[in-house]
Amino acid sequence: MNPSSRSSRNAWIVTFPSFVWLIIFFLIPTVIMFLIAFKPSDPYGGVGVGWTLANFRVVRMANFFSILWRTVWMSGVTTAICLFLALPTGYYMARVSPRWRQVLLFLLIVPFWTSFLVRIFAWKSLLHPEGVIKKILIWLHLIDPQSSLLYTSGAVLMVMVYSYLPFAILPIYASAEKFDFQLHEAARDLGASSLYTFFKIFIPNIRRGIWTAVLMVLIPCLGAYVIPDLVGGPNSQMLGNKIAQRTFVDRNLPEASWLSAFLTILVLAPMIATFILQARSKEKYSVLKEGP
Amino acid sequence: MKRSRFPFYITLGVIVFFYLPIVMLVIHSFNASRFGGRWMGFSLKWYSQLFYHPEIWQSLERTLVIGISATGVSVVLGTLAGLALHFYGHTSLQKVHYVFIYTPLVVPDILMGMSLLLFFVFLGIGLGLFTIFLAHVTFCISYVAFVILSRLQDFDNSLLEAARDLGATSWQATWRVLIPHLMPAIVAGALLAFTLSIDDFVISFFVAGPGATTLPIRIYSMIKHGSPPLINALSTLMLFVTFILIGVTQRLIKEETP
Repeated sequence: MNPSSRSSRNAWIVTFPSFVWLIIFFLIPTVIMFLIAFKPSDPYGGVGVGWTLANFRVVRMANFFSILWRTVWMSGVTTAICLFLALPTGYYMARVSPRWRQVLLFLLIVPFWTSFLVRIFAWKSLLHPEGVIKKILIWLHLIDPQSSLLYTSGAVLMVMVYSYLPFAILPIYASAEKFDFQLHEAARDLGASSLYTFFKIFIPNIRRGIWTAVLMVLIPCLGAYVIPDLVGGPNSQMLGNKIAQRTFVDRNLPEASWLSAFLTILVLAPMIATFILQARSKEKYSVLKEGP
Repeated sequence: MKRSRFPFYITLGVIVFFYLPIVMLVIHSFNASRFGGRWMGFSLKWYSQLFYHPEIWQSLERTLVIGISATGVSVVLGTLAGLALHFYGHTSLQKVHYVFIYTPLVVPDILMGMSLLLFFVFLGIGLGLFTIFLAHVTFCISYVAFVILSRLQDFDNSLLEAARDLGATSWQATWRVLIPHLMPAIVAGALLAFTLSIDDFVISFFVAGPGATTLPIRIYSMIKHGSPPLINALSTLMLFVTFILIGVTQRLIKEETP
C-alpha cells in the first residue's frame, strides 16, 4: 500500500465515527425539528400528516412578543452584568502574583464543577421568604416584609448571573493574561488617567476575549429554561419555558418545534454576526496584525 | 503609581457571591430545624433520612450507569475526532467536521433536548435510559475532542516521524508515542464527560420518558415538590464528592505539568 492511500485510510478511520455520529444525532435531529415546525399536530400528541403554516399562529398568542422581548432583554442584562463583574475580575487576576492567580482560578472553577441544579436550589433557599437575604433586607429597611424576592424576574437575573459568570470571567482572564501590561505603564507615564488607560488601552486589546465572554453568556441565557422555571414566576417566563410547556403540558410537538426553530435562529444571529465581524476585521487589520 | 483598588473589591465580591449560597446550603444541611430560617442545633437527621428514600439511590444508580457508558463511548469518539481535526485539519471535510464538533458546545441545552426528542419520536424509538445514553454521548464528544485538540497543540509531530524512522510501524508509533502523550488529556476529557453526563438535567429530561428518572431529574422534582432539608443533605453529599473529584483532577494535572 502506498503512503498516500494509507494516510487517507487513517484519516477515514479517525474521522468516520464522530462524523457519522454527529450527522445522525445532531444534524438530522435539527433538520427534523425544522421540518416538524411545518407539520400539523394530531389529537394524540403526535405529528399529523401533510404540511401546514398553521404553527405560525403561536406568534399571535397573547404573550408571544412579551415573552420574546423578555427573553432578549433578560439575556442582554445578564450579559451586561456579567461583563461588568468579569472585566475587573479578569484584570485583577492577570495582575496578581502567579501563586494568587492559581488560587483565584481554582476558586472560580470549583462552582463550575458543582451541580447546576444544586446551585439553583442554593439560591432558592437564600431568596426564600424565610431565607437570610430577605431578613437582612428587612432589617436594613430596604424592602417591605410583605414583598417577595423569589419568583420574580430579579431572582431569575440573579441566578442567571450566578450560573454564567464563570463563563465570562475565564475567557476575559485568558485574554488579559496575554496582555502586555507595560503598555499600561506607558500610557500612565504619558499622563493618561487610570480609567482612560483601562478603557482605551486594556479593553481594545482584549476585545476577542470580551466577545467570547458575551457569546458564552448570551447564548445559554437565550435558551434558559430551568432557572426561570425554578426561581421565576408567571411574569418571568422565557422562550425556553414556552417550548417545555408546549412539549410536556400541551403535548403539541409541532408548535414546540416551531418555537425551537425560532429560538435556533435567534441564537444563530449573534454567532453569524461574530463570523462576519471576524472575517471583516481580518481584512481590515491584516496589515496591523497583533503580536504573536 | 497608585493602582485602583476597584478590581480587587469586585474580585472579592465575586468570590463571596460564588461561595455564599454553597456555604449556606452546607450549614443548613446540619440544621435540626425543618424550616431553614432559624438555627435549632446541629443534627445529622436529614442525612439519615436519605436512607429511607430508596428512589434517590435507584436514580443515582441509573445516573452512574449512563455516566460511565456515555463516558466510555464519547472518549473513544472524541479522541478520534481530536486526532482527525489535528492531523487532517486543512481539508474541507475536516472543516465541516469542525463545525459539527463545535456547534453542540454553543447550542443551548433545550434545543439539543428538543431536537433529539423529535428525532426519537419520529423514528418511533421508545424513550428511556438508552435514549439518554445516546444524547449524552452526543454532547460529550465535543468536550472530549476539544480537550484532546488543545493537548495536541504542544505535540511535536516529528516525534512520530522519528519513531517511524527508527523502524516502528504506524500502529506502534501511535500506541507507544502518541497515546502516552495524550493520556492526561484522555483522563481529563473522560472526567469532564462524566461530570457533564451525571449533572445533565435539561437534555435528559426531554429524552427520558416515564420511568427513566436519573438523579438530576429526581432532584428537580424534589426541588419542585419535595422537602428542602433533604435536598440540602443530598446536595452537601454531592458537593463533597465533587470536591474530591476536583482534588484528584488537580493532582493529575500537576503531576503532568512540572
